[in-house]
Amino acid sequence: MTSEVAEPADGVAISPAADPGFLQRYGGTIEYVLIPGAALVGALGVFGIFVALFGKSPLDLYFYMYQGAFGTWFSWQNTLTRAAPLILTALCTALPAQLGMVIIGGEGALLIGALAATSAALLLQSAPPLVVQLAMACAGMAGGGLWIMLAGGLRQYRGVNETISSLLLVYIALAILNHLVEGPMRDPASLNKPSTREIGAANMIGSIPGTDVHWGLVFGIVAAIASYILIYHTVFGFAARVAGGNIRAARIVGLSVGKLILTICFLAGAAAGLAGMVEVAAVQGRTNANLAAGYGFTGILVAFLARQNPLAIIPVAILLGGISASGGLLQRRLGLPDASVQVLQGIIFVAVLASDALYGRIGFLKGKS
Amino acid sequence: MDFGRISRRQLLQGSAALTLGTALGARSAAAADTTIGFIYVGSRDDYGYNQAHAQGAAALKKMPGLKVVEEEKVPETDAVEKTMESMINLDGASLLFPTSFGYYNPHMIKMANKFPKLRFEHCGGLWTDKDPKNAGSYFGYIDEAQYISGIVAGYSTKTNKLGFVAAKPIPQVLRNINAFTLGAKLANPKATTQVIFTGDWSMPVKEAEATNSLIDQGVDVLTCHVDGPKTMVENAARRGAMVCGYHVNQSPLAPKAYLTGAEWNWEALYPKFVKMMAAGEAIPNFYRGGLKEEIVKVSPYGEAVSAEARKHADDIKAKLTAGDYVIFKGPITDNKGKTVISAGTDRGQKDAELEKMDYLVDGVIGATS
Repeated sequence: MTSEVAEPADGVAISPAADPGFLQRYGGTIEYVLIPGAALVGALGVFGIFVALFGKSPLDLYFYMYQGAFGTWFSWQNTLTRAAPLILTALCTALPAQLGMVIIGGEGALLIGALAATSAALLLQSAPPLVVQLAMACAGMAGGGLWIMLAGGLRQYRGVNETISSLLLVYIALAILNHLVEGPMRDPASLNKPSTREIGAANMIGSIPGTDVHWGLVFGIVAAIASYILIYHTVFGFAARVAGGNIRAARIVGLSVGKLILTICFLAGAAAGLAGMVEVAAVQGRTNANLAAGYGFTGILVAFLARQNPLAIIPVAILLGGISASGGLLQRRLGLPDASVQVLQGIIFVAVLASDALYGRIGFLKGKS
Repeated sequence: MDFGRISRRQLLQGSAALTLGTALGARSAAAADTTIGFIYVGSRDDYGYNQAHAQGAAALKKMPGLKVVEEEKVPETDAVEKTMESMINLDGASLLFPTSFGYYNPHMIKMANKFPKLRFEHCGGLWTDKDPKNAGSYFGYIDEAQYISGIVAGYSTKTNKLGFVAAKPIPQVLRNINAFTLGAKLANPKATTQVIFTGDWSMPVKEAEATNSLIDQGVDVLTCHVDGPKTMVENAARRGAMVCGYHVNQSPLAPKAYLTGAEWNWEALYPKFVKMMAAGEAIPNFYRGGLKEEIVKVSPYGEAVSAEARKHADDIKAKLTAGDYVIFKGPITDNKGKTVISAGTDRGQKDAELEKMDYLVDGVIGATS
């Protein structure tokens, strides 16, 4: 699966080398595919050595990773299901990154979004399902959006570092969720697993027809494309990128930086909040502590691997979904501990971050004339 | 590593034909008569809840004609649905043991509906007539073993102060705390149990803090109900306190301090289930039992346990094993002075009221909320 990422790029990069103009035009784009692809191949190589040290065959490893993630239709559905929440939570980090902000609190926005969506559904028990679902989506997005906007506001008006505040807000969100689920919102029938009441089978949003994959994947892809258009093809996005590049310059040219920060943070939180809503409406059917499954944290990894590009988030989320889908097979067939998948994620993360240093330094891509 | 060599050959074939995934699944299903899948929420060597199940799985591995596949650290989200499906599709599993409480509803129920010919056995859930017939829930009355631990603790304490590190104030946990305290008071009417709730199943830092704080208050015998008792056992032993274990036998961690403990006996139950299935008998959908049914057991006594304590504990254990002893026998008052089981009422193990327990008995210092 890895060579597929890198090889086409290799092919493109080498064959038209005779035409320097081509490289001048597309060299940058090729770089964006080639460097992370090579980093990924390198990371898999290192992981292969790591696994070989445990006495397992690296070839078996790659085979099972491929089989578990992309080898069968079932594996594909497994991968896409796991990728769905990651696209949305990755946007929670990638959007503020356009402004130069490092927000790592997507998990908190997801939890608050899930709580808000569940509350909306429980308040509207008698409404038709479509109304309930729309209300859940709006409530989830508003809840998550306001949560991250809080971190943005603290940064803008109080000078609080948004990375720390958004991270700490995750623990506050978890405490609020546990308090409500074990207290005021608890379904008395949920004896040994404190949970809210169920939103009802009719209000569940179900799967994409013909698959097991829930609608969260479609929401995620639409949100990622919309974010890409917003950032790269609108005046608002341009203003955001200007502010991200140099916040003083942005102020001097009269951009309202505060408004930009709050809006982007709201949109970012709304994406993660929507992920929370989908977890409730498509998977769990209610809110309980199970929702804190770490999607928000994996989303940070996805955003950084995608170099904060909303479009690149989609393939990267699928890749990480695939790694986690294949993790089970690695445990079962190779007897590797679960932590080995985290080791692989860690190696990939380090490799991709380290490869940042290579941009603009690969000779044959510079299109020398 | 024959298996490794075969699959490497298949890797080469596989690059040509994409259908190998199904071929491999079929082959491994043919290799063993029955494949059984075990899914754990934590790591299987946690000296606790998950290890107890893994010991049960290990007992099955020794039986001929069985293949056991295991996956650890599977979160209670749709990831567990995908793990079950992956075990079914790729490994050919026909009997599944998703062992964590949160796997039951909606995840295992959904899979049981999707694969009506396969058998699903869940630990801890409360199966009702509304649930699929190919699903079952089993659990043990481990409070019987906690009662024995309580008796031993009551004799062993010098300060008359016992400590209990607990996860959440839910019925299963409260029942253990109450049984432990009633046992202790039977042996030593002056004994009290101070309880600290950590708020979640696996919080090693809070568990260590709770252990230290209990010992600082003069507690000299501790026990717990969290997923991994290792933290409590090791810390308490280091501080010179004595411990009663939980889930599995932790005496290797603290040979001198270990008095006894309440253990699961899955290594007896799981082979029994498999034999029942092989003989064509139906496993009851709702399966419960205690010492008598060999679902729970008591750890061998440590060297610090006095002869008097052993005699009393063995006597009660014999009565519980014979099935003619009631732990929750009225009158019982809670620690706020309210009568919770009136005089003359015997709440036997199978009494459904006990599954809803929401109080701490007299002698417990602590509150449920």
